[in-house]
Amino acid sequence: MHIEVTQLNKQFGEFHAVQDVSFSIEKGRLIGLLGPSGGGKTSILRMLAGLETPTSGDIVFHGKRVNDLPPQERGIGFVFQNYALFKHMTVFENIAFGLKVKKQSKEQIRERVTTLVELTGLKGFEHRLPHQLSGGQRQRVAFARALAPEPQLLLLDEPFAAIDAKIRQELRTWLKEMIERLGITSIFVTHDQDEAIEVADEIMIINKGKLEQKGSPWDIYKSPQTQFVASFIGESTIVEDISKLKGFEAASAHPGVKALIRPEYIEIGKLHEFKIASATEPGRIKQLHFRGSEWMVEVTVGDITLITYRSLEKDILQPGEEINVLVHRAYLFTNDESWIMENRLKEDPMPVHI
Amino acid sequence: MKKLWITLTYAVFTILIIIPLVRIFIGSWEEGWGGFVEAITRPQSLHALYMTGIIVVTVTIINTLFGVMLALYLVRATWLSKRLRQLLNSIVDLPFAVSPVIGGLMIVLLLGPNTIIGSFFGDLGFKVVYALPGMILATLFVTFPLMIREVMPVLQEIGTQQEEASSTLGAYPFYTFWKVTWPSIRWGVIYGVVLTVARSMGEFGAVLVVSGNIMNKTQTATTLVYQDVENFNVLAANSVALVLAAVSFGLLLLMEWAKKRREH
Ligand SMILES: Nc1ncnc2c1ncn2[C@@H]1O[C@H](COP(=O)(O)OP(=O)(O)O)[C@@H](O)[C@H]1O
Ligand SMILES: [Mg+2]
Repeated sequence: MHIEVTQLNKQFGEFHAVQDVSFSIEKGRLIGLLGPSGGGKTSILRMLAGLETPTSGDIVFHGKRVNDLPPQERGIGFVFQNYALFKHMTVFENIAFGLKVKKQSKEQIRERVTTLVELTGLKGFEHRLPHQLSGGQRQRVAFARALAPEPQLLLLDEPFAAIDAKIRQELRTWLKEMIERLGITSIFVTHDQDEAIEVADEIMIINKGKLEQKGSPWDIYKSPQTQFVASFIGESTIVEDISKLKGFEAASAHPGVKALIRPEYIEIGKLHEFKIASATEPGRIKQLHFRGSEWMVEVTVGDITLITYRSLEKDILQPGEEINVLVHRAYLFTNDESWIMENRLKEDPMPVHI
Repeated sequence: MKKLWITLTYAVFTILIIIPLVRIFIGSWEEGWGGFVEAITRPQSLHALYMTGIIVVTVTIINTLFGVMLALYLVRATWLSKRLRQLLNSIVDLPFAVSPVIGGLMIVLLLGPNTIIGSFFGDLGFKVVYALPGMILATLFVTFPLMIREVMPVLQEIGTQQEEASSTLGAYPFYTFWKVTWPSIRWGVIYGVVLTVARSMGEFGAVLVVSGNIMNKTQTATTLVYQDVENFNVLAANSVALVLAAVSFGLLLLMEWAKKRREH
């Protein structure tokens, strides 16, 4: 189902929980709503479902404005954060609920529920009550229940939040496959960036009620458009005065500018390891942390501390050791602008010999 | 020390409940089975028990319907302003705070034959005070909080998510209520019904004031016991009281059972 949201606002009394959010989603996409807690993700999802009335703005499904349609008529499936299974009904009855409402025949219901039970790997658990299931099983019942009436849009609120880390990984993969196979347009909420990056086709970053950025995980990682997005996605070091770093002197033209540098944009090594030695500058190893598959290195350049990673295959470094540092690029931010600055010396075509 | 308290509790319990019960029992059997039956089958006894029966049934039905509905509104109707819901919520407790006699008096003052509303109904040939409607009204006033106070906490505890899930699955409010909400509040409602029955059967003060206690007309079982005692007809008083006590005992058992089921 194609979804178009324009200028969506939600106020709870004085509190502005969702502010001027606009986006559109193509049919069949799997979208991750990502952002810190209290950002307004659940509120957006609930407005899409019709469980909450927008203060202003339009929600359009399939070219039809649905603002005034009750949840019953929107053709959506909703998986609640804590599943909200009907606690006095068995797994079978839970999944069958939406079909019974539609007055389908006993035969049809049995057939559909059986298919879903098999699809979700709940075979043999049909007659259990929700409190007799594990967290992961409950989640799958909630998923099957939402899917049973064949919704056009599936909404999932933090579907993995209440599940322990090990099973969460499995369920993520399972859910992604399942949704891809069914081809149903889906939006899921999460506050976990790894989850969003791994599962979603497209991510929408929500912070303080605003949509900060929408795009594929790679786009968002590669070109964050706000400081919030840059610091929320991936790892980074914030540098207050980047013009002190070699190759970024031009930044001093922008007063109050801050920079954000990702570990993978920083290269460290002996001078002979660099192609453009002139772009490097001396630094000193401050700390080394073993991170299982690589070293995390804290290195100081002047009074700036930068963080980067180094392969285990390379020479082992020692704290206090002199080293050369090359910063490839940085994200620069002022209060209302953001752009990427490449290391000027790196781009300089004229080789400099020392 | 602990033992002493337990013993004391039992002692008080015995003195306050068991001894009077035994007295009632013995008193009603003073002239054997025949005396008891005779006291119970007096026309005024039968009529009083009949009145009590009608009041209990009517009040319980009305109180259950409105109690559940009001509880739903107080907990779920977010479209009512918070202030209004708080106000309604405090009004619910009014009958707990006001003496039943005062409650009855308020009804007389509001709907008595000499008031505007009372005379309006009177002209329509519908007597409220000193008649069955007033007695039902008085009993409703007294039992009003019982159902609401039983159902509200359950509704608050189960929250709205199951109901919301039901609505996203296509079920409209009525279906959602019967299939999703009702199974959760059922035992609370049954417990509330038992409490209402017990309370409306035993109500004395409010009913006495609005009924005028007219024999064979507006007399209930409790006000009959009162009159029998006044007339030194101890045997009859004990016999009617025994009937009430027996029903109460049955209700107590039912209450225990409902409580157990509710805790599941
Ligand atoms: N029914 C409500 N009444 C008042 N405030 C609410 C209500 N629902 C949510 N909020 C507030 O709106 C903000 C956004 O909430 P929510 O959408 O749940 O965020 P998220 O799901 O991103 O954690 C929060 O600050 C929350 O306190
Ligand atoms: Mg949330």
